[in-house]
Amino acid sequence: MFKILKKQVLNPWVTLMEVDAPLIAAKAEPGQFIILRVDENGERIPLTIADFNREQGSVTIIFQIVGATTKKLDHLNEGDFIQDFVGPLGRATHTDGLKKVAIVGGGVGCAIALPIAKKLHRLGCEVHSVIGFRNKELVILENEFVKNSSKLVRMSDDGSWGGKGLVTDALRKLIESGEKYDAVITIGPLIMMKYVCKLTKEFGIKTIVSMNPIMIDGTGMCGGCRLTVAGKTKFACVDGPEFDGHEVDFDEAIARGGTYREFERHAYEETCNLFKEAENNA
Amino acid sequence: MPNMSNIKNMMPSQTPHVRNKNFDEVALGYDDKAAIDEAKRCLNCKAKPCVSNCPVCIDIPAFVHEVSEGNFERAYQIISKSSSLPAVCGRVCPQESQCEGMCVRGAKGEPVAIGRLERFVADWHNIHSKEKAKRPAANGHKVAIIGSGPAGLTCAGDLAKLGYQVTVFEALHVAGGVLVYGIPEFRLPKSIVQREIDTLKELGVEIQTNVVIGKTITIDELMQDHGYEAVFIGSGAGLPKFMNIPGENLKGVYSANEFLTRINLMKAYKSGSDTPIQRGKKVAVVGGGNVAMDAARCAKRLGAHVTVVYRRTEAELPARREEVEHAMEEGIEFRFLTNPLLIHSGEDGFVNGMRCQKMRLSEPDESGRARPIAIEGTEFDIDIDCVIMALGTSPNPLIKDTTYGLDTQKWGGIIVNEETGETSREFIYAGGDAVTGAATVILAMGAGKTAAKAIDAKLTSKDTK
Repeated sequence: MFKILKKQVLNPWVTLMEVDAPLIAAKAEPGQFIILRVDENGERIPLTIADFNREQGSVTIIFQIVGATTKKLDHLNEGDFIQDFVGPLGRATHTDGLKKVAIVGGGVGCAIALPIAKKLHRLGCEVHSVIGFRNKELVILENEFVKNSSKLVRMSDDGSWGGKGLVTDALRKLIESGEKYDAVITIGPLIMMKYVCKLTKEFGIKTIVSMNPIMIDGTGMCGGCRLTVAGKTKFACVDGPEFDGHEVDFDEAIARGGTYREFERHAYEETCNLFKEAENNA
Repeated sequence: MPNMSNIKNMMPSQTPHVRNKNFDEVALGYDDKAAIDEAKRCLNCKAKPCVSNCPVCIDIPAFVHEVSEGNFERAYQIISKSSSLPAVCGRVCPQESQCEGMCVRGAKGEPVAIGRLERFVADWHNIHSKEKAKRPAANGHKVAIIGSGPAGLTCAGDLAKLGYQVTVFEALHVAGGVLVYGIPEFRLPKSIVQREIDTLKELGVEIQTNVVIGKTITIDELMQDHGYEAVFIGSGAGLPKFMNIPGENLKGVYSANEFLTRINLMKAYKSGSDTPIQRGKKVAVVGGGNVAMDAARCAKRLGAHVTVVYRRTEAELPARREEVEHAMEEGIEFRFLTNPLLIHSGEDGFVNGMRCQKMRLSEPDESGRARPIAIEGTEFDIDIDCVIMALGTSPNPLIKDTTYGLDTQKWGGIIVNEETGETSREFIYAGGDAVTGAATVILAMGAGKTAAKAIDAKLTSKDTK
């Protein structure tokens, strides 16, 4: 069992938790992930590590409430326990030799992009961050990005925060204004990453994406997280989760991500109803 | 006077059309009377070919003799000297190619049902014996075991019995490895696995779940920082293999590992589990091993019409004979000499049919196995909405990549000295599927046993130096 040391609501749909997991904290690097199970009958879900504190022995996760499991997780509070918490899994982000990088984050993907920005910034790399949200209400981690970027571009779909438009619009502007990046690192919805890659391919800029497919064990046993990279089957859990974005078959990944959409919608509604009932009875 | 009947005592089982709708155990086991009667079929021959063909060298005639006298607990004590997991082996060993395959009674009729007797004895002990396993005096040595599958549990049990302080590290949230995520409940009830693990805990074995060696901790850290003097790697097989045919990443294509893990480990078939599973109506399972049979029978129990697609003939099926028979009885269709070419996609991106090709067998090659050869112009489609690929696995890279100086085969298997299980690194041992590639529970147990013996010899000789 793994104790929740701190819980913070970042926006109505996104929550941060610091979890007591000293073995994982000792090893974690940006880009890696953990797998957790909320309770005894819970499913195993992967979440990318948002931060870690080696001294305190804690690992930070930031998650968006999208389904039954994240809904249940969000119902836990400081002092409560998560049933299972295992990691750090996957390969860490390669930061060697990068002098100037654009980090492009979308929505809750920004939570995964931040530790990479932090590390690069600390290593003396020039970090330009482009972060986008649907609207002002959903913005998370703004101050942290300010602290860890030499340039920060804010975007929202509706213009209620920063510039109006997509992160790809902002990235194109940066590139066309003459910024030369060693690499673009992009993390967010699959469709966003797909279009970031399309753009950077046009300019021949190496692009790293972080994939978060359906997974069970996360250690290279089940094969559920497979995706096609450069025409070959790869496993996100052991070969990734980061890949060369120009080689990833995004359309296939988007399709596979929808395998259990019906089940997930049903489970989410059921869980919401259970919590509502519990509240009514309380 | 031996029982000279040429056939085995029948083991009662759930009737096929009932059991193919539930996940309860299929075979129900002997009662006392049937066990004694079956045990009397053993001639107690001098050559004991059964023992020499048992990977863990159980003294089979001795335990069978005790059964014939009704001394079931004494029979158990004889088995448990050699095997840490008798209730498991009695259920999943391929006895027909091991102990029973060599039985002299098999020359004229059926061999003694050694597997059924082993199962009976282990179950009898588990029901009747209230005594806890005795923890031996500690010898002061610490050994780490990686993986809690059959190889790891056997090695752990043997070392604990010798007084070693043993810690087993398991990546998943429960112990048991393939015994819990792979082999289904109806073939090996999870309560039986749990019981065997509890016995090991009584012997003093500590099990740490949720620790991925190579990620959470490395082998070198275990030895340098945590004081483990020797390590046994029993991390099992790894990444599932696929055919690399078009359509393999469509929605509704599973590896057998994923399909079985969802069902066995995550209980996706039970209401109340948060883990989803696609309930295909027409499922194709590609492959012919035990894992293919397990996947096919699970899919059947979820309500599907199931077809096993195999590129050789029935005679070449690598699965345990009893599993094939059970699968056939349960209404699973087999298409032999058939090989998939591509998987069709429906408009919704889910599987919608599979193109196959007829095969024929060549003359056996040097390895003695007949190679399947495609017959041109025989392509045809089968109507399915889910495909399960049961083609074996390739070794997991996590330990190899993080352990300096650990030599592996080109295909990734860890290289060991066959006599001892020792790897290219002194004090690091390995066994089971991590060494051999996908094989059987009992072979993994045999390897765990060999390594335990070698580790003991090594650490004891260190003492006397």
